[in-house]
Amino acid sequence: MAIATPGAAPADAPAVLSAPLRARRFGGGSRRTGRRRGGSAGRSVLQHLTPWFFLAAAVGLLLLFTYWPAVNLFYFSVTDWDGIDLQKNFVGLDNYVQVFTDPRIFSVFGVSLYYFVASFAQMAIAMYFASLLSFSTRFSNLFRGILFFPYLINGVAIGFVFLYLFQPGGSLDTVLSWFGVTDPPQWLGNPDIVNWSLAGTSVWRYTGMNFVLFLGAIQSIPHELYEAAELDGASRWQQFWAIIFPGIRRVVGLSFILAIAGSLSVFEIPFIMTGGANGSATFVIQTLQTAFSFRQVGLASAMAVVLLAIVLVVTWIQRKVFPDEKVDLT
Amino acid sequence: MTTTEDLRTMPQRTTPPRPIRGRSPLERLRGVSATTAKYLSLIVASVVTLLPLSVLLFASLKTAPEYAQTGPFDPPENWLNFDNFVTAFTSGKMLEGFVNTTIVLVVSLAGTIFIGTMAAYALDRFAFRGKKLVFGLFLVATLIPSVTSQVATFQLINGLGLYDTKAALILLFMGTDIIAIYLFIQFMQSIPVSLDEAAMIDGANRWTIYWRIVLPLLRPAIATVVIIKGIAVYNEFYAPFLYLPSEGLISTSLFRFKGPFGAQWEVISAGTVLVIIPTLIAFLLLQRWIYKGLTAGAVK
Repeated sequence: MAIATPGAAPADAPAVLSAPLRARRFGGGSRRTGRRRGGSAGRSVLQHLTPWFFLAAAVGLLLLFTYWPAVNLFYFSVTDWDGIDLQKNFVGLDNYVQVFTDPRIFSVFGVSLYYFVASFAQMAIAMYFASLLSFSTRFSNLFRGILFFPYLINGVAIGFVFLYLFQPGGSLDTVLSWFGVTDPPQWLGNPDIVNWSLAGTSVWRYTGMNFVLFLGAIQSIPHELYEAAELDGASRWQQFWAIIFPGIRRVVGLSFILAIAGSLSVFEIPFIMTGGANGSATFVIQTLQTAFSFRQVGLASAMAVVLLAIVLVVTWIQRKVFPDEKVDLT
Repeated sequence: MTTTEDLRTMPQRTTPPRPIRGRSPLERLRGVSATTAKYLSLIVASVVTLLPLSVLLFASLKTAPEYAQTGPFDPPENWLNFDNFVTAFTSGKMLEGFVNTTIVLVVSLAGTIFIGTMAAYALDRFAFRGKKLVFGLFLVATLIPSVTSQVATFQLINGLGLYDTKAALILLFMGTDIIAIYLFIQFMQSIPVSLDEAAMIDGANRWTIYWRIVLPLLRPAIATVVIIKGIAVYNEFYAPFLYLPSEGLISTSLFRFKGPFGAQWEVISAGTVLVIIPTLIAFLLLQRWIYKGLTAGAVK
């Protein structure tokens, strides 16, 4: 690669070498060699450029594929562009007004509530099993693996697994009939239930991740604390509240904030399983449909900006509440 | 005197201070039931996790008439009936999906590793103007939800003439990997700078130091990134769905089963099982790395 220009070697050294070493090696000499090879100005430019050679690709891709679209998002959001037309008409804040006033758009955020509620169940389940497995357990590796594995599975595969499970007369209905439920609802066909079914699928998928995070945090609590508590006659329940919970409070807090951001931007599970039908469309599905099915790129950009703003606010709160989050997870 | 008194008082203590180990029958009973409840709940959780997957496996091994006549919990008649898998592979274009996924995966992984380690090397080993700005740019970028910005990214890809090419996906996967850079920087901080200095005294230039010293030492971090990124790319659905409509990656090939195989659940199941098997194998082989890598990536 071009970076390996031999002449660059001594010139770009100073950043790493400690000061005395630098002085010993280059003291006075570098300038002279520099002049001999055609001017110190050229060399120092090269020296300044070296880190940028290494950074160029990463920063270039970052600007091109993250910042350029983000800037464009703001630009599109104040136009009525349809994605094809060469002409983009400036419409001011009309798109934003529509996002907040059109009931079909903003009410979609209500769907996020199902996932938000479900994420509490998810964290509770994860915490329960993480606490269980933090005490000595037979086959603990096996159980840990089973609980975690769904997190790794391809989203489309999970979608099909649950489409199959939720079929009328399918596996879930069969299981329920063993328990005497003879008239199960249409899990994905009934608008009152579909979001619970999808949120349940999302719990199945993501609990494993929370569980492993919590387990890691619990295992980093010094073991002597449990022993001391046991000597004092504390029950498991007391141990949980006095030792485990305070020990993992920060991870729980972090997961809580991630749950808010996550439930606002739910996408894959409902898109794959129902395509947003029966009132299961989430804000992201709505945004992408607006852009790519209805060709209202301007409006969709405004929706994306609104979501971006909400996520940024949530993250800002996270940084305020949990400054300098450091979690030991090994 | 003291001894006799002790002897006399001893039996009168009806409730001796509880020894630490021995427990009353009631407590022991509670202990046993607690243990039972613990294992019972673990078993219930395992069943809830594995049942949806097992019924799908059953369905994938049944013939079409068999599937129509039997219930979801009836095991298949012939456990070695792989016809549905063959159908999924040939008519379902799963083979194309696997090949394309492999291509995209390998190229974007190689790209991510080189670009990421080079960027991390610059950010960790150089002092230069604008370093804070670059760090800030990477940090802020982690906050932008990538799914929604696709509205604008799509126009960019289209403008670059990359729509419906694998290059679009490769560039997107390489360009949005900030977590990898963070992991590399974190790991690089543990590599002593004195190694760089020693090499520099021996006359090595910056590129040689990066290529010969830093990169080989980063191997554990590279392994972590390969795992996180590999799983993410393998599971990615929306990017190939949006940018590569005419070819299939593993996710989109499977997703397209929805149309032609509409009600043929035995074929859809086979396709789904095919997609899950590589994940399962990777998980069984790399468990320890996966736990470490994913938890490290999750909190960044």
